[in-house]
Parts: sequence; C-alpha cells; structure tokens
Amino acid sequence: MRLSHKYSALLVLLAVVAVAPLFFPSSYYYRVASLVCVNGLAVIGIVILTGYAGQISLGHAGFAGIGAYACALAPVHLGLHPGAALVLGALVSAGLAFLVGRPILRLKGYYLGVASLGFGILVSMVLTNESAITGGPDGMQVADLGLRGWLAGIGLRLTTGQFWYFVNALAMLIGAWLALNLNERATGRALRALHGSETAAATVGIDVARAKLSAFVISAVYASVAGSLLALQNRLVTPDIAGYMHSIEMVTMAVLGGVGSVLGAIFGAAVLTLLPQVLTAFDQYEQIALGLIMMLVMIYLRQGIVPGLLALIRGRGT
Amino acid sequence: MSTETGRPLLVVEGLGIVFGGLRAVHDVGFALKPGEIVSIIGPNGAGKTTLFNMISGLYMPASGSVRLDGEVVTGMASHLLARRGLSRTFQNLQIFPAMSVLENVMSGFHLKEKGSLFADLLNWPTARSRTRAIEAAARALLARVGLERAAEREAGALSYGSLKRLEIARALALSPKVLLLDEPAAGCNATETEEIDRLIEEIAHEGTAILLVEHDMKMVMRISNHIVVLDHGEKIAEGDPATVSRDPRVIEAYLGVQQEGSHAGG
Ligand SMILES: Nc1ncnc2c1ncn2[C@@H]1O[C@H](COP(=O)(O)OP(=O)(O)OP(=O)(O)O)[C@@H](O)[C@H]1O
Ligand SMILES: [Mg+2]
Repeated sequence: MRLSHKYSALLVLLAVVAVAPLFFPSSYYYRVASLVCVNGLAVIGIVILTGYAGQISLGHAGFAGIGAYACALAPVHLGLHPGAALVLGALVSAGLAFLVGRPILRLKGYYLGVASLGFGILVSMVLTNESAITGGPDGMQVADLGLRGWLAGIGLRLTTGQFWYFVNALAMLIGAWLALNLNERATGRALRALHGSETAAATVGIDVARAKLSAFVISAVYASVAGSLLALQNRLVTPDIAGYMHSIEMVTMAVLGGVGSVLGAIFGAAVLTLLPQVLTAFDQYEQIALGLIMMLVMIYLRQGIVPGLLALIRGRGT
Repeated sequence: MSTETGRPLLVVEGLGIVFGGLRAVHDVGFALKPGEIVSIIGPNGAGKTTLFNMISGLYMPASGSVRLDGEVVTGMASHLLARRGLSRTFQNLQIFPAMSVLENVMSGFHLKEKGSLFADLLNWPTARSRTRAIEAAARALLARVGLERAAEREAGALSYGSLKRLEIARALALSPKVLLLDEPAAGCNATETEEIDRLIEEIAHEGTAILLVEHDMKMVMRISNHIVVLDHGEKIAEGDPATVSRDPRVIEAYLGVQQEGSHAGG
C-alpha cells in the first residue's frame, strides 16, 4: 500500500522531531530547536495563505504580536490563565484578520503586500506607543504557563528547554496535520483553484472573496498561536515580535523552503533559524553569507529548497 | 420535438455593453430551452465572448436583462450563478495549471463537496467520504471526455485539445442546467472535434440547455437547433441552420468571409 502524501509528510516530521533530541549535546540546542518549531508553526499559516491561495502578507507578525501580548496582558488585566490567554489571542487575531482582510484582500500582488505591511506596522506602533499598558519598547514580563510544574507534579520532570521543545513541536505537528487535511478537502482545493484562476474558481461556484478571507483568518491564527508560544517560552515580550522584519522573516522562511509545501516551509524555518547560529563562524561576514545563500537558493531552486530538490531528484530518476 | 416544448431556461433580452465608446454588444436577445443547442456565430470581434461574459456574471451589462430558470440574474456574480445551475468554458482556457487533471475536475464539484471549514480542517469522516464520492464522479467524467489516463498528470502539461476537453469535464461537474461553451473545438484536430461534437449532442440530449460559440461551421450547422448571428455587437439574423445559411446578410458578414479567407482565427 502506498502512503498518501499527507501521512508521509507527517511521518517525516514526527520522526525528525522524535529523533533530533538524541543529537542535542546541551540544553542550548533544545532552545534553538524549540524556536525552529515555533517558527515552523507560523510559516504553516503562510503556506495556507501564500502557498495554497497565492495571497501575500507582509504583516503577519502583527498577529504574532497580538498573540504574544494577549499572553502578557490577559493574565494581568483579566485574570486569565496564560493558556486561556493564548486562546483569547487567537480569537482576537481571527476577528481582526476578518475585519482587515475584507478590504485588503480585494487588492492583488504588491498592492496587497504593501497594505498588509501597513497593518503590521500599525500593530507594532500601537504596542510600542501604548507604553502605559504594553510597557513600550522595553516590553513586559509574561506569566508562567504552569504546565511544566504540573507535569513535574505527576512525575514527568523536564528542563525548561525540553518542555518548550516538546510543546512547540506538538503545536507544529498539529498545525501541519490541520494544513495537510485542508489541502485534500474542498476548502484547500478551492484556495489552490483561485490561486490558479480566480475567474475559473468563481465559475465552479467558489466564493473567491470568502475563500481568501478564510485563508487570511486561518493563517492569522497560526501566527497568533506561534506568537503566544514564543512569549510564554521567553517569559518576556517586546514590540519587535510584531515588527515588519519578523513579518518578512516569516515569508522568507516559507518561500526559501517551499511555500507550496508544508514540509518545505518548515524546512525553510529550520534553515533560517539555524543558519545564523552556524554562520557565526563567519564572524562579521555572517549576514553576507546568509544573503548569498538565500539568493542562490532562489536562483537555482525557485520553488524553494524542498520542492526544488524533489523535482531535481525526480528529473534524474526518469 | 422535446426542444419545442418546455419553458425557456435562459432568457436574454436587450443585452448591451459599451467599452470606451465601443458598443461591443448592443440589444441582443434570445431564449434557450432545456435540451436545446443555440449557437452564436459571427466574425472575430463580433461580441460573442463579451455576450458570454455578461451572461456568466463576469461583465456587468449596461442594459438589458438575463433570466435563469425564471429568476432575474442580470449582473449576478459568477459563483452565485454556478449555484443556480449555470456553467461555462472559456475560449482562452481557464484551468488550474498547478493541479492534477483529476483535481481540476474535482474543483468542478466544489458545491457538492463543500462542508464546514472545521470538518475539512479536522478531517472528519463526513468530509472524507464527500471527497471520496466526488473523486469517483470526477474520474467518471474524465472517462467521458477521454482523459481518464491523464488523471494524475499536472494539468498545465496537457495539450491544448486535451485542455479544452478538461474544461468541458469540469463544467459538467456542476451538473449545469445551462452550459455555455466558448469555441470548444478551437485548436482541436478533426478526430477531437468530432468527439466534442458528439459529446455536446449527448449533453443536450440529457436535458442541458447549451449555448455554443464555435467557428467550425460544419459543426454549428449540424448540431444547432437555433442560430443567432452577431456582427459588430448586433444581432443581424437568427433562425434554424438552413434559414441562417441562406440569409444574404449572414453570407456577407460572416460566411462570405469564411469562404474567401478559409479559416477564421480566434
Ligand atoms: N474587457 C474589454 N475591454 C475593452 N474592450 C473589450 C473587452 N472585451 C472585449 N472587448 C472588445 O469588444 C469587442 C468584442 O470582443 P469579443 O471578444 O466579444 O469578440 P468575439 O466575438 O468573441 O471574437 P472572437 O471570435 O475573436 O473570439 C472587440 O472589439 C473587443 O476588442
Ligand atoms: Mg471570443
């Protein structure tokens, strides 16, 4: 029996997540790997929005910011458990994406890019300037999720690094599973259809505006949850999380690894999270090396590293 | 004849549109009954595709009305028309090139497959079984247009003639009451044209009303119940194939050109 594309992708992910810790010499590696996973989660949302539906957003860090600050603020002001704050953040992000997406998704290509960039900047401005609530540029402390202590109570003792690695990896796996499910069903196919031809999509009964909006809302929830997890892990948030550099980083990760593929985008997130650590060996040339690698990948593997290499291998095979 | 009875499914009245001073279509009307094949003919630039675009909700008509199965649907969005049983193909091909051939046709079943977003995200059994059912139906449609062996191929890699048939299969997936075909045989070889010809008659026989734009006059004259002739956006003649082919204005505006210049492109 042949394994479907979906389950082979999920198995690969699961295997890598399970096996990777065997090669972690220190707790620092857990910390980096947990960052890979949280970035992986965020870029799965970009796969749905950009890879499936063909819509660009340069403002998704705005939703990561909302998720992060929800975890910082809701426990203080609303007395919510940090876990519930994550859910609240996701709901707020979804609602905001619904409101913002409606007008801006009428735009296409770089017009949409600039409009979404504007949204992201707006969120980061609010977070920076409302310092009475958000602590301004210095950011604020985030309460402890408490789950690690509870696990220790039932006999499962994990270091902070280990704990966050497994939480984020689990979130990423669930995120991948949901996105791969979507891809096989009417909703995902409709997104890929309108990516190919909006005219034809409308002709077969797809409500193009609504489909784009749902992709935008779903991807906002991914970014929001990733932002929340990052804040809970760091126990600190600053407005940088909503900054446009972070938005561009998300898109770059996805495109570099392969924005049309969940596995590819996660790989891109891994590469761009790990490379700066590896390239520190190049000292002051670190940024140059990073830029060069990105350019070369785009020139020679336009679909992204994973789909590009797969196509090369298949081309050889036949 | 069954085509003579029954109330019309599609009624177009006084339809018109202007593009920057150009009256691309002006005061065009006709009616289409179940099982009937009505053809729109006319030279290049006569306004045939523009007429299709107005009926299928891509262009907002400046004047006139379109009624589908008794309901006024003038200028209604395409996806809403699809729900009401109107489906079409495109002269310049509108496929989903990155999808497999099978998925292109499965997209045509969107309205039948679509459930709740959460059922799709969570892979609920109801969503799974709907996809399985429409996949089988899509394969059957591919077999019907002779593309079953290309099912798993990427659509963008298919030949022009195959893509024409793929579009028909996708349009049929909606089980349309009214089907608009814009030059379905353009760019097809003789065998393919014959197959498409046979397919169109079959579809009409099942009760679908067909509006056809086609430059292949042999095909048009053979399968049409009624022909509307457009020139410079206006209806210059109409009637059954025999009447239309004898009309002097038609011969001058269209058929004459055909005979001298052999093929009309498009
Ligand atoms: N969107 C548009 N904007 C401006 N002019 C248009 C537009 N669409 C069509 N036209 C013009 O309207 C006229 C009718 O074009 P249309 O495509 O409907 O002709 P047609 O009968 O389908 O021709 P063909 O046989 O070549 O397909 C042409 O002069 C064309 O240039
Ligand atoms: Mg045309």
